[in-house]
Amino acid sequence: MRSLDTFTALNRFGLGAGPGDDARVGDDPRGWLLEQIRPGQALPPGLRRFRSAAQIRAEIAQAGLESNEARTRTVRRAMNRDFRPEVMARLRYEIRTPDVLPERMVRFWANHFTASLTRGARDGVTIPAYEREAIRPHIFGRFRDMLHAAARNPTLLTYLDNVFSVGPDSPAGQNRQRRRPTATTLNENFARELLELHTLGVDGGYTQDDIIEAAKIFTGWGHGGYRRGGDEPVHGNFQFVRRQHQPGPKTVLGRVYEEAGEEEGLRLLDDLARHPSTARHIATKLVRHFVADIPPPDAIAQIERVFRDTDGDLAQVTRALVMLDAAWADPLAKVKTPHEFVVACFRATGSLPERQPDYFQPMRLLAMLPHSAPSPAGWSDRAADWLGPEALMIRLEWARGFAARQPGTLVPAEVLDRSIGAAAREVTTTWVERAPSGDAALAMILASPEFQRR
Amino acid sequence: MLDRRLFLKLGGASLASALASSRVAFAAAPTENRFIFVFLRGGLDGLHALAPYADADYRRLRPSLGLERDAVLDLDGYFGLHSALSPLMPLWQAGELSFVPAATTRYRSRSHFDGQNLLENGTARPRGARDGWLNRAILGLNAGDERLALSLGPAVPLILQGAAPVQAWSNEQLPDLNDDFLERLAIVYRDDPLFHAALTGATGMTEPDMSGDAPTNDNFLISSRAAADILRAPQGPRIGVLELGGWDTHNGQPYRLRRLFERLSEGLLALREGLGPVWSNTVVMVASEFGRTAAENGNRGTDHGTGGLAMLAGGAVRGGQIAGDWPGLSRRALFEERDVLAINAYEAIFKALLIGHMGLDPAYAERVVFPESRALEPFTGLLRA
Repeated sequence: MRSLDTFTALNRFGLGAGPGDDARVGDDPRGWLLEQIRPGQALPPGLRRFRSAAQIRAEIAQAGLESNEARTRTVRRAMNRDFRPEVMARLRYEIRTPDVLPERMVRFWANHFTASLTRGARDGVTIPAYEREAIRPHIFGRFRDMLHAAARNPTLLTYLDNVFSVGPDSPAGQNRQRRRPTATTLNENFARELLELHTLGVDGGYTQDDIIEAAKIFTGWGHGGYRRGGDEPVHGNFQFVRRQHQPGPKTVLGRVYEEAGEEEGLRLLDDLARHPSTARHIATKLVRHFVADIPPPDAIAQIERVFRDTDGDLAQVTRALVMLDAAWADPLAKVKTPHEFVVACFRATGSLPERQPDYFQPMRLLAMLPHSAPSPAGWSDRAADWLGPEALMIRLEWARGFAARQPGTLVPAEVLDRSIGAAAREVTTTWVERAPSGDAALAMILASPEFQRR
Repeated sequence: MLDRRLFLKLGGASLASALASSRVAFAAAPTENRFIFVFLRGGLDGLHALAPYADADYRRLRPSLGLERDAVLDLDGYFGLHSALSPLMPLWQAGELSFVPAATTRYRSRSHFDGQNLLENGTARPRGARDGWLNRAILGLNAGDERLALSLGPAVPLILQGAAPVQAWSNEQLPDLNDDFLERLAIVYRDDPLFHAALTGATGMTEPDMSGDAPTNDNFLISSRAAADILRAPQGPRIGVLELGGWDTHNGQPYRLRRLFERLSEGLLALREGLGPVWSNTVVMVASEFGRTAAENGNRGTDHGTGGLAMLAGGAVRGGQIAGDWPGLSRRALFEERDVLAINAYEAIFKALLIGHMGLDPAYAERVVFPESRALEPFTGLLRA
């Protein structure tokens, strides 16, 4: 490996270093990354064969009209035919692609707009498709467009309960309160997470009243997977359900949104995307991801400025991250998450997972099952949350077994050079050389702090 | 086979010298008492575990699922225990087992995920907090950085997530690392504080010794044994969380619950046996996110309901009693004309155990652990005086 910058390009910005990567990066690591920032990239070939989220959702909804058992069966089949195969196809692409930066950005943004399987497979089974349709096309587009695509996506609307949010004064709300008096028919979950997690940030200057008003704006944002009486066909796409929509003007962050049905939400999203707090919040998260767990304020300010000045152009923002000196200053500042660690192990050895358990087993043991983040906040981006004693021991034990399964033709010294080369400390090189066997040497490489950091 | 880090015990001396630094030590723990929470995910049908077999409404609501007099062990002439829970009868007779029927959290809708989330986050709302109430309680019990809590299973559940560090053990059956590899690795880690600390922490962890136990494939039993062995240690964690899933019995309930009751009984008995003398100052609480419909459905099952059951076991429990109020099962008594009315609050039980058993400051319990729960006063009479 020719330089520390090569290590940083392949780990901080990439997914780990494998055979041929050093030559690909060449002598201009920053330039190599910048070339990967191309808006409007086509879908990776391995992901083209999968069904749309709407197709999956419609099939499940249709089965649900038949019986609960039929729905359960359909969900299970979709887990086996759609969810898991797409997770594996996506993983194989991450392991093999030379275009590592876009894949890292897909992960980052999908985590930012987390939908999680933890609230059940019926709605969670579409999450890989949601990532492919709502996140992936926009990683180098406008933040505004990604925000719209995610917020209008039934997968996120379901995950955050918006489909159950009914305006108290809407026809559906009035009806419901006649049947069973309740404090409110509104569900604030979606609005709260939209403001707190997706846009303004927890200190972004909104109040509980803003959340309630935003929740009213989004009443009616749902999908066609429910039979709502009449002859409406069941479908899996976004649907504005007018009879759930709270009538009248709403006020969020001091701005009045006159009654305009579905339009109100679109306007609010535009305003949120452009809000200064959003720029700050997004910049903070990006700098935490690309610089350090405790993001330095001046780096945040730089990225924040680019985000604001370009109206949230994520190609420009990503370019600014690549050109940020702080991102190259300490090549070992961050720790790989379990997923990043496992991908890096496959990349370093040039191998591929053959069966689903090759990936799902370590993810289960390391408590990072695909698309199963514990909360809408997504997976943590801080080392302290991933590197407790128990978690480290499981990483080491898994890595030891992984190393033992690699072909004996792998030369540890070569793996060391291509994976952590320029970053390897003398003590690591020494103890890899002294290892009693080839697979013990390989395990020592994978276990080293240099390999587990990025 | 099971104690996958036994090497750390055997090889402690040489490994310790390689690490050449402080081990994680459990200094004076804030209490000698133990609290174990067993979370039955899926919604336990309390009326099938503790059956009001003598109630005419029960027989009316459950013409096919209802337990007859000869299928239960009578406890007080009205309630009877499901026969698959009969291994627990010695605990009942010894005054180490009690029940609180018609109990649940403040959650009043019927989603598993939201119900579990609310039970674990300790507020009045699903996702009302991002950490767990038991973790917040630990912060109040323990100003230091000791790992006071033990989580059994691959992921730390929400109830234990938060600022307080938590020890975890899982029966994950990855092959052990040998001492030699770890000693070499300890040298490689020496100048990396984060990795050094994690490895050192692992060597200081209490590993369960289950070499004398009969072999089993039941993960709940294995976890119970491990929990008992780790919690028994004088300088180990004081709080454990175990999980047993599969309680969502929309159909085939009689068979499925029989098997689950057997497993639950085995696990609880393993806790008693493994904790040994420590059992006398232990409280085990068994709970589920909600109960099920009072009436059976058409598939020999029950659907998501409200009022469920809490079981309390342990030497510190005032056992042999069915505690709390019982609203009955008449049409007027049912919640929304379908569920057992949740007249007893889990939060009131949790608070009573944290304050009375673990020594948590009552004001802290109200303010931080269970916010907005002042109306639910700590349950009285659950603990042995």
